[in-house]
Amino acid sequence: MSDASFILDEASAPRAPVAAPGDYFALLKPRVMSLVVFTALAGILLAPTAPHPFIAFASLLAIAVGAGASGALNMWYDADIDRLMTRTRRRPIPAGRLGREEALAFGLFLSIMAVFTLGLVANWLAAGLLAFTIFFYVVVYTMWLKRSTPMNIVIGGAAGALPPVVGFAAATGAVDLSSVILFGIIFMWTPPHFWALALVKREEYGAAGIPMLPNVHGETRTRLEILVYSIVLAPIGVAPYLLGFASPVYGVVSLLLGAALFGCAIEVYLRREGEKARRAAMRLFFFSIVYLSLLFMVLVIERLLALSSWLA
Amino acid sequence: MTIGRPEDTSEPREGVVLTPEQAKSRRARNIAIGVAVALFVALFYFVTIVKLGGNVVPRAG
Repeated sequence: MSDASFILDEASAPRAPVAAPGDYFALLKPRVMSLVVFTALAGILLAPTAPHPFIAFASLLAIAVGAGASGALNMWYDADIDRLMTRTRRRPIPAGRLGREEALAFGLFLSIMAVFTLGLVANWLAAGLLAFTIFFYVVVYTMWLKRSTPMNIVIGGAAGALPPVVGFAAATGAVDLSSVILFGIIFMWTPPHFWALALVKREEYGAAGIPMLPNVHGETRTRLEILVYSIVLAPIGVAPYLLGFASPVYGVVSLLLGAALFGCAIEVYLRREGEKARRAAMRLFFFSIVYLSLLFMVLVIERLLALSSWLA
Repeated sequence: MTIGRPEDTSEPREGVVLTPEQAKSRRARNIAIGVAVALFVALFYFVTIVKLGGNVVPRAG
């Protein structure tokens, strides 16, 4: 032992971490990450000329890690309010398995690695867009908007909508209308999706001091805004077909899904009290996930089919 | 800082003594870091091969 060493009894010993690798993985918000991978893949596949499959895979990995890193930084900053909500209190930091400092270091390290990896593997436009996405989600949304305005998820939704643009940029080195349309779909989808949840979890958001729309402007205004956003979202969802970068099959599917989402939004607007109102809001919340997943799934599948027939 | 379990338990313990649970999670973290670094190296190796592609063939020939 050197002079610099110290002697401790068990009681006064600093608490060593007990976090398992799975806790660090949970910091990356795997479910959000999977949606990011899916939407970024759609962006990559929209490229007029397909990138090498391994470059596409490496780009997708970097985008996924960048998204996960921003999730870790979000959990670092929001640890105080995560303790207050049932939905988030089992996360690694509020559950006491992992310290905030570890989450901060982990998130920063992965952010830097993801951006530089994407820059070296694909190009620096894509890397810059990924860095902007992480910055926007962590600083603009998490640190600023989330606790200060009911428009938090409207503006903050831009971060979640950027992955297809990053994917397209990784594959082509440019940004064009098709990737911006995919951005628009996710951007307009985010408010009705989260406001449906906020209608049900209103009290929890209120207790945590998050100014969600139902808490600030009331449920009636929220239901109306959900309806308006759904009306705007439906035609944007069909736009990939109308603009010629998706097939008629996508056109029909997006039209049907848009109509169904609009139907769910009408139900939320009309059913305002009791258990039926809660069920309508949860139905919209879950259907909105199905809506976005299916839209991108059809887009991805038909691009993959086109790619395989082109290769054959 | 020394981490370990002293043999004579009557003496004050030196350094941070990990509980079995902490030692197990540290080992799991170390393995995960090792695997991640290996995959990262492999990723860059294959990306380099793909990016170089046929460009290195004439020099080799």
